Amino acid sequence: MWRDAMVIAGRDLRIERRSRVVTNQVLPFALLVIVLFAFALDPDRGVLDRAAAGLFWLAVLFSALLAIQRSFAIEATDEARDGLRLSGLDPAGIFLGKALAVAAQLVVLEVVLTAGIAVLYGSELRGPLLLAATALLATIGLAAAGTIYGVLAAGLRVRETLLPLLVLPVVAPVLLASTRAWEAGLQGVPGEGWSWLRILGVFAVTYVAVGIAAFGTLLEDA
Amino acid sequence: MTSTASRGTRVIGALALVGLVVTVVMGLTLPLTEEQLEYSRLIAIHPAIAWCAYLAFFVTALGSALYLWKSTRAPLWDHVAVASAEVGVVFTALTLVTGSIWGRPTWGVWWVWDARLTTTALMFVLYLGYLAVRRVPAAPDVRATRAAVVGLLAAVVVPINHYTVEWWRTLHQGESLAPGTLDGRFKVAMLVGFLAMTLAYAWLLVHRMRVERLEERLESEGLDLAIAERQAEAVAP
Repeated sequence: MWRDAMVIAGRDLRIERRSRVVTNQVLPFALLVIVLFAFALDPDRGVLDRAAAGLFWLAVLFSALLAIQRSFAIEATDEARDGLRLSGLDPAGIFLGKALAVAAQLVVLEVVLTAGIAVLYGSELRGPLLLAATALLATIGLAAAGTIYGVLAAGLRVRETLLPLLVLPVVAPVLLASTRAWEAGLQGVPGEGWSWLRILGVFAVTYVAVGIAAFGTLLEDA
Repeated sequence: MTSTASRGTRVIGALALVGLVVTVVMGLTLPLTEEQLEYSRLIAIHPAIAWCAYLAFFVTALGSALYLWKSTRAPLWDHVAVASAEVGVVFTALTLVTGSIWGRPTWGVWWVWDARLTTTALMFVLYLGYLAVRRVPAAPDVRATRAAVVGLLAAVVVPINHYTVEWWRTLHQGESLAPGTLDGRFKVAMLVGFLAMTLAYAWLLVHRMRVERLEERLESEGLDLAIAERQAEAVAP
C-alpha cells in the first residue's frame, strides 16, 4: 500500500513540477486572497492582526479546493483515470498517494502564506511549535477529506461547483480548530491552543481511515 | 398507477393530519409563561421538527449503508435514502426557521453562534450537497453508489461537526424533558407534536420513495422507447 502511495505521490508531484499549475496559479491566488482581506478589513484598525489566524486558514481552505480540483483534473486528461483503475495499484495506496501529494503542496502553500501574514498583517509567530503541529495535522485532514470528495466529483460535469459545496461543510471543524489553535499561537499563549489539536487529530485519523476503506468503491463504481 | 397513495399511506396521512391539528390547537391554547409569554408555545412544534430532521438523516445513513453493503444492495435502499434526505432537509430548514423565530424574542437576536444552531446549519448545507450529488445525471446504480457514500459519510461528519462546535461554545438550553422543569400541559403538547411530526415524516417519506421509483421507471422506459423508435426509423425506408 505504501509503495503504491509513493508511486502515485511521486507521479503527481512530478506532474506538478513540470506543469507548475499549483506554484504558478494556486499560490498567487492564495496570496491575492490575503491581500484582498486587507482591502476588506481596514489594515489601520488592528483588525487584521487580530483576525490573521482566521484569514490565513480561510485562504488555505480556498486554495486547498483548487489544489484538489487540480489533483483530479490531471486524471481527467488522456483517460488517466481508466489507466489508474487498470494499473493494479492498491486503491488505498492511490488514495494515500494523491492525498500525500495534495498535502505536500498545501504545506508549501502554508509556508508561503505564513510569511505572507507575517509581512503583510504584521503577525508575530510566537508559538512556532504549536503553529507547525496544527498546520501539519490540519493539512493531513484537509488533504484526506478533499481527496475523498475530489474523486467523487471528478468525473462529473458540475465538478467545479459541486466540490466546494461538498467539501466546505465537511472541513468546517478543521477551520474552527486550526484557527483557534493559531490564534493562541500567534498571540503567544500556546497553552490554550494545544487542546484543539485533539480535534484535528481525530479529524485526520477519521478521514484517512474512511479514504483507505472507501476509495476503491469510489474509483470503481462512482 | 396514477397515484402514490395506498391504503397504508392514507391511514398514516389521516393520523398525521389529525395529530397536527391537535398539536396546533394544544399549542395555541397553552398558558402564557412568565419569561417567554406567547413564544413558549413554540415548544409544541420546534423540538418535534428538529427530532424529525435527525430521524430523517439517520434513516438516510441507514439506507445508504444497506445499499453499499453488497448482500443487501437493492434500489429500494437508495430510494429510502434519497427520499429521507429530501424530507430531512425540509425539516432542517423548518427547524432553523422556527428556532430563529423563537430566538429573536428570547435571546434578542435571530441567530446566535451556539453549538446546536451551528451544527444544524452545517447539517443543512451538508445534505444540500448530498441532494446535489444525487441530482447529477448518471446511470441509476452509479448515481446510487455515489450518493450512498456521501450519505454514509455525512453520518460521520455530523457528529464531528457537533463535537467541534460544542467545544467552541454552548448556550442553547439543555434537555427540556429534564424532570421538574416543564409544566405537564407543555409536556403533553410537546409529545403530541413529536408523534404528529413523526407521522407526517413517515407519510412524506413513503410518498417520496414512490415518486422516486416512478421517476426511475420513467427514465429506463423512456430510454427503451427511444431505442425502439430509432430502430423503427432505421428499418423504415
